[in-house]
Amino acid sequence: MPIDKTVNSFDEAVSDISDGSVVMIGGFGGAGGMPHLLMLALRDLGVRNLTIIGNTAGIAAPTGFGWPDGVEPIDHAVLIENGQIAKVIASFPVSGSVSRPNAFEKAFRAGEIELELVPQGTLAERMRAAGAGIPAFYTPTAAGTVLAEGKETREFDGREYVLEHALYADYALVRAKTADTLGNLAYAGTSRTFNPTMAAAGRVTIVEVDEIVAPGGIDPERVDTPSIYVQRIVARPPASEGGVALP
Amino acid sequence: MTDPAPRLGREVIAMRVAREFGDGEVVNLGIGIPTLCSDFVPPGVQLIYQSESGLLNCGPLAGEDDGQVDLINAGGQFLSPIPGMAFFDSAEAFAMIRGGHIDVTVLGALQVSATGDLANWFLPARGVGNVGGAMDLAVGAKRVIVAMEHNPRTGEPKIVPECTYPLTGRGCVGLIVTDIAVIEVLPDGGGLRLIEHAPGWDATSIQAVTEAALTVSDDLTEMTLA
Repeated sequence: MPIDKTVNSFDEAVSDISDGSVVMIGGFGGAGGMPHLLMLALRDLGVRNLTIIGNTAGIAAPTGFGWPDGVEPIDHAVLIENGQIAKVIASFPVSGSVSRPNAFEKAFRAGEIELELVPQGTLAERMRAAGAGIPAFYTPTAAGTVLAEGKETREFDGREYVLEHALYADYALVRAKTADTLGNLAYAGTSRTFNPTMAAAGRVTIVEVDEIVAPGGIDPERVDTPSIYVQRIVARPPASEGGVALP
Repeated sequence: MTDPAPRLGREVIAMRVAREFGDGEVVNLGIGIPTLCSDFVPPGVQLIYQSESGLLNCGPLAGEDDGQVDLINAGGQFLSPIPGMAFFDSAEAFAMIRGGHIDVTVLGALQVSATGDLANWFLPARGVGNVGGAMDLAVGAKRVIVAMEHNPRTGEPKIVPECTYPLTGRGCVGLIVTDIAVIEVLPDGGGLRLIEHAPGWDATSIQAVTEAALTVSDDLTEMTLA
């Protein structure tokens, strides 16, 4: 039987995520590369006590970061406002504007959410390590800062390095431009960001795409994420067929 | 004490920083004044911009209606495409940064110390902050230039003997460009050396609004922008 990882609905794609799951959410912070409809389905599923891992904790609503004018942003904030998140692991959790806090900052101040702040490059490398079977690695980033406190350090060639551990997830919610039915993925422009790395770090990787094509529909020379890292793919309905008009 | 002369604008700080760029260099610009530097690159200097959003080489900011969500800089602003761009994921973007492949990064700062320690990510009054890529850039770029206002509106010194805010990196800053001065950080704990002053300012008036001790270059000159 031909392999086909297509799932027919967003609700079905996330249906086995359970209370307490660790979930990676792709993207940089703006509209591009973010799995909007998977996040809405996860909100509707209503599971709680989740740990989410991503570059931000949902910063688009206060400042419009990376979103076109006039479009209401959808990001991690939908899960936070719904009370589903216990912990966030991120590098850029709060709004760039002190006077315009995001949903995360309000919940953090209220003591409702725990935060693990990780430098952006360390966050990416911890995911890469998880996907590549490396349990930990030394990095110069954060040496001598509060983000290295309590961590093992070691000197190499007279410079201090910090031991950082691989970061795994039960689920990775990833956004790509195109998938073939086997799960090979291609991205667009700066919408790669954490998506390819999360795809490898997630035990179950669920991908939201604009378009699903037959095998061969993506030039094998241009596959960004090989299918081995992908378990489920689900296509966004075109706006003309009742889909949500989102970037 | 009153300023002896007006302080320079944000664009003028950016203009002075841009004179530091060498032809062909790979440059990563932080958010705020650093982003403005791209408007003032000297004629004959071609730069390759690198961004944490996963791109190498890009055009200027996109026009109001031309923005594409799949072409942004690290500040979430839409860019225009140009021939010769390259896209990559975050792990690779930071391999470039930590791996020493970035010639210059320009960052904003809350505090810089006499030994070049940088604090730019956490405002204690807010109690939570964004580290983003700043710590990776601080350790990885070959040269770190700080572009900032010399004092905040409230007036307290930002160039200090020791940072009191949480650090971004230790001993990483090489040059500080402000709205009244250009200051070198000397290697091996050699301290800070004033090399240029804004029009109407001198070593005494700059030292008066600087908490860290400054030595004065024998070649102290007025800041030149062209």
